[in-house]
Amino acid sequence: METVCAIELRNITKRFGKVVANDGIDLELHYGEILSLLGENGSGKTTLMNMLAGIYFPDEGEIFINGKQVSIRSPKDAYDNKIGMIHQHYKLVDVFTAAQNIILGLDDKGKLDIEAANEKVRQICRRYGFDIDPTQKIYDMSVSQKQTVEIVKMLYRGADILILDEPTAVLTPQETEKLFDVLRNMRDDGKAIVIITHKLHEVMALSDNVTVLRKGKYIGTVKTSETNPQALTDMMVGRAVTLNIDRPLYENPVDRLELKNVTCLDAEGVKKLDGVSFVAKGGEILGVAGIAGSGQKELLEAIAGLYPVAEGEIIFSPEGQQPSNLVGKTPMQIKKAGVAMAFVPEDRLGMGLVGSMGMTGNMMLRSWRKGKSVFVNRKDPNELALKVWKELEVVTPSTDFPVRRMSGGNVQKVLVGREIASAPSVLMSAYAVRGLDINTSYTIYNLMTEQKMKGVAVVFVGEDLDVLLELCDRILVLCGGKVSGIVDARTTTKEEIGLLMTRVGGKERADA
Amino acid sequence: MHNEMKTPLMRLAKRDGMEAWKMWCIRLGSILLALLLGGLVICIVGVNPVTAYGTIISGSLGKSTAIRQTIKIAVPLLGCALAIAPCFKMRFWNIGAEGQITAGAIAATYFALNWAGKMPSWMLLLIMALAGALAGGVWGLIPAFFKAKWNTNETLFTLMMNYIVIGVVRWLQGGPWEGRPGSQIIPQFDSSACLPKVLGVHCGWIIVLVLVVFIHVYMRYTKHGYEIAVIGDSINTARYAGMNVGRIMMRTMFLSGAISGLVGFIVASGANNTLYDGVANGVGFTSITVAWLSQLNAFAMIAISMMLAILSKGAETLQTRLAVPASISDIITGILLFCMLGCEFFINYRVIFRGSKHDKEATKA
Repeated sequence: METVCAIELRNITKRFGKVVANDGIDLELHYGEILSLLGENGSGKTTLMNMLAGIYFPDEGEIFINGKQVSIRSPKDAYDNKIGMIHQHYKLVDVFTAAQNIILGLDDKGKLDIEAANEKVRQICRRYGFDIDPTQKIYDMSVSQKQTVEIVKMLYRGADILILDEPTAVLTPQETEKLFDVLRNMRDDGKAIVIITHKLHEVMALSDNVTVLRKGKYIGTVKTSETNPQALTDMMVGRAVTLNIDRPLYENPVDRLELKNVTCLDAEGVKKLDGVSFVAKGGEILGVAGIAGSGQKELLEAIAGLYPVAEGEIIFSPEGQQPSNLVGKTPMQIKKAGVAMAFVPEDRLGMGLVGSMGMTGNMMLRSWRKGKSVFVNRKDPNELALKVWKELEVVTPSTDFPVRRMSGGNVQKVLVGREIASAPSVLMSAYAVRGLDINTSYTIYNLMTEQKMKGVAVVFVGEDLDVLLELCDRILVLCGGKVSGIVDARTTTKEEIGLLMTRVGGKERADA
Repeated sequence: MHNEMKTPLMRLAKRDGMEAWKMWCIRLGSILLALLLGGLVICIVGVNPVTAYGTIISGSLGKSTAIRQTIKIAVPLLGCALAIAPCFKMRFWNIGAEGQITAGAIAATYFALNWAGKMPSWMLLLIMALAGALAGGVWGLIPAFFKAKWNTNETLFTLMMNYIVIGVVRWLQGGPWEGRPGSQIIPQFDSSACLPKVLGVHCGWIIVLVLVVFIHVYMRYTKHGYEIAVIGDSINTARYAGMNVGRIMMRTMFLSGAISGLVGFIVASGANNTLYDGVANGVGFTSITVAWLSQLNAFAMIAISMMLAILSKGAETLQTRLAVPASISDIITGILLFCMLGCEFFINYRVIFRGSKHDKEATKA
């Protein structure tokens, strides 16, 4: 029986300048269905859904809701069409309660009746199995609870079509399972749900149908029950790829960097790192796992001398030299000693790269102070830029082309390439593959492994547990600024790490 | 057609990489548009715009005395625009050049009033210039210090510092440095404390032209210039590269204030031969316009400051010859600024109207 489509997109195209983000995309979504929108980063998934949420307006193409053609010009139009999108970055007021956030911006007639709103929120929660307290303040909530508030907000507004953008990116495996249960309940209640993702196992576990995008183009839609991860990967990437990371074993690793009881406080005196102790060995990739904001950034910055260390020691033992304490040294001294860091922030630039400068200008960040002259030396950085350009196959018209205008993968190659070029003895990288397509990610993984086999101590902060499990030798799990465990990546399981991410020494994290 | 089917009346699309010649055409077009709109304003006042623009040109560039006057107006504008360029490149919003000029002028005046006749003219002028630069530099350093230490808002801070120093001049005028009692005027400098003339204009113009080259080289080729550019793009990146952001901010503001202070010395010693509370005369603010319009390019600043000086000098002639209020030139300057800044928007974006040619082109492409 042919049902009316909740959403039907016909030939949707969206361009940003010369970049075609979506190129003639068709899509169908039915009520009582969970559709996965699968594609690598940059394949246009979020752009496509943003057009349904009223954030962008398509350059061409037609949108049908319940069989009727509509034009969605603003988020309000989206609400009116009963479409609700949960973005990757939550849009909540911290000092408000859940219910206050949920009714925020609603244009109801009459007096504000917060009790009625609370009750209605509770009803929605009961109906679908959500677990939030409408009177709880947002700042008291964990990431997963905040996400729940966002979902309830959409349901409160009567959304029948829900779009979730990478909903599991910030969740632990356990929280993910809980979210999936709720989504299944909503599907059984007749809602139409789209989840944007690039994680295959989620697609397989949750969805009824999968629509695959690749580089802004519509590739196809398949029934989840009739496909498998390998086939989906091939659709996503466009050709067969192997999903294994080569993990050679380095003979007799030596201790390179030892943290002893390191504690860091932020400006408010809150402990960002709490008695962190571990050893990073040369010839080993030490993975760092944890929920976003568990102290990963502070850990790397503390080692690099960019975050003040309140207590503890960081002992660095470079090859053939006396061990020394890095605490109290300037970032410049630590860099010179051979500790390199490649931190890729959410906006990709802004930490380690200068967006308005080209590759040469960015290579100069490492060497600009060299020499006594008041003038900068451009020659050596330019040679280095040419070398990185060639060796890492960076796509850019010239070494002076602003990195801001390069694509994400190339930006990251410039950053990682520069840090590796300094021949470090400790290489720290955070989110090095953030937003990269599979192939470029593998280039970066290989670079890390290459460094490891040269005897470099590699510290790899990652988001994707599957990758950490395949790439690293040992994995350190951070939870609320504490080390909740260090496990052997070859023998551990995702579930074990998931548990460590929320517990310190068997105790459940208070705010998780 | 259903109402809900409509696409928005107009929307914006980002442009990517426009050819350089097109960009300059748009910029030139915006100046023409500004002159056209300015002509409209002149029409409303009841004067033929062609005659008016002719008068502005002949009034500012027609005779050698007029040219000298115009250059005299352009010199502090250019000098001060050069001073704030490094700050703006660093995204440190120094709007206190007015005060830094005044501080420099005060310090220079102290030596002009007290040390004149005790030493050769060149030595006195050198001391005045150094004192002016030092005072302006310190005046610029104060807000940078607070920004570096406690992250205070530099825009408000530098602005407030203006009023303090101008108040100081008023007090000096009526108090310790007052010439004839009750006159509220500081006496004229001794001739040994006045900048000598070269080609009929005080030699400040040579100083600022040297500064043009200095700032160009400083920003483009030195380590300091590189640090400034990195901080302007991202403070976090600068920290990652091991730069001491606070120190660089203070150093840059000192330099900026020092150049402004030097301009203060030039104005007091070269143009006014005295000090009064209007010594900066809005130059500190107008130079922001100059710096922005020239996109912080030191050489472009020469042209822009001359253009504004021509408008301002020409407007005086407009008033005397055609009885058009001189404030008309302010209006034209405003329109000019609006058009030139506005055109950057069209360089970066394209506006697509519903059903327009572009709309169809976009659909076809």
